[in-house]
Amino acid sequence: MSIKVYYFASLKEHVGSSEHELDFTQSLTVNEVWLRANGTLVLPKNTLAAINMDYVDWDSLVSDGDVVAFFPPVTGG
Amino acid sequence: MAIKITELAFDPYHELKLYQNTQLEHLGAIGATSLFIGTMRDFNQGSQVTGMSIEHYPGMTEKQLGLCIEKAQGLWSILDSLIIHRVGTITPNDVIVLIAVWSAHRGDAFDATRYIMEALKSTVPFWKKECLEADTERWVISNTSGYQQG
Repeated sequence: MSIKVYYFASLKEHVGSSEHELDFTQSLTVNEVWLRANGTLVLPKNTLAAINMDYVDWDSLVSDGDVVAFFPPVTGG
Repeated sequence: MAIKITELAFDPYHELKLYQNTQLEHLGAIGATSLFIGTMRDFNQGSQVTGMSIEHYPGMTEKQLGLCIEKAQGLWSILDSLIIHRVGTITPNDVIVLIAVWSAHRGDAFDATRYIMEALKSTVPFWKKECLEADTERWVISNTSGYQQG
């Protein structure tokens, strides 16, 4: 299975990349996606996660072809 | 309903006029129009701010703005709505966001406009980075709730 992982704003700078591609053979949670993609890199508190542009919890399961995004609290308006 | 994300500076009153010209099906039904216009300040958290860049997540931004409107439509009787939000490089006095809601009665228009603005502030993936004097930059860390400010 293969997914894309996107990072935005300060988290993009923290990770040092705007996206990763990840291949895996068994189901992963969003939290496991972060760990697979970023290893021991500290996860900033309050980081938000989305699958296919919907907010999700960190224990949500990711499916083949999904787009996962990680980003800091939003500050628009 | 219309949602627009733009890198270009815009005149909210002109955009409003243009959009209202498309609302022929609501002529006679509209009794109230409520507007919110958010403008960039030149100060924040004790610092002079000389400019700002706004990043967003294309696609999710529009999806979440649509959800803000959908939820408002479930709570109030709304005839139409318009949201325009700037992204990219902006300067003080630029308009950041326009929200307009049209309804038969003022209560629905007032309340839905405020609800959409607060929902935008807390759920729509925009991020501001401020340019300060001496060429330094900082990310805005979080938005406050407009309902809790004195």
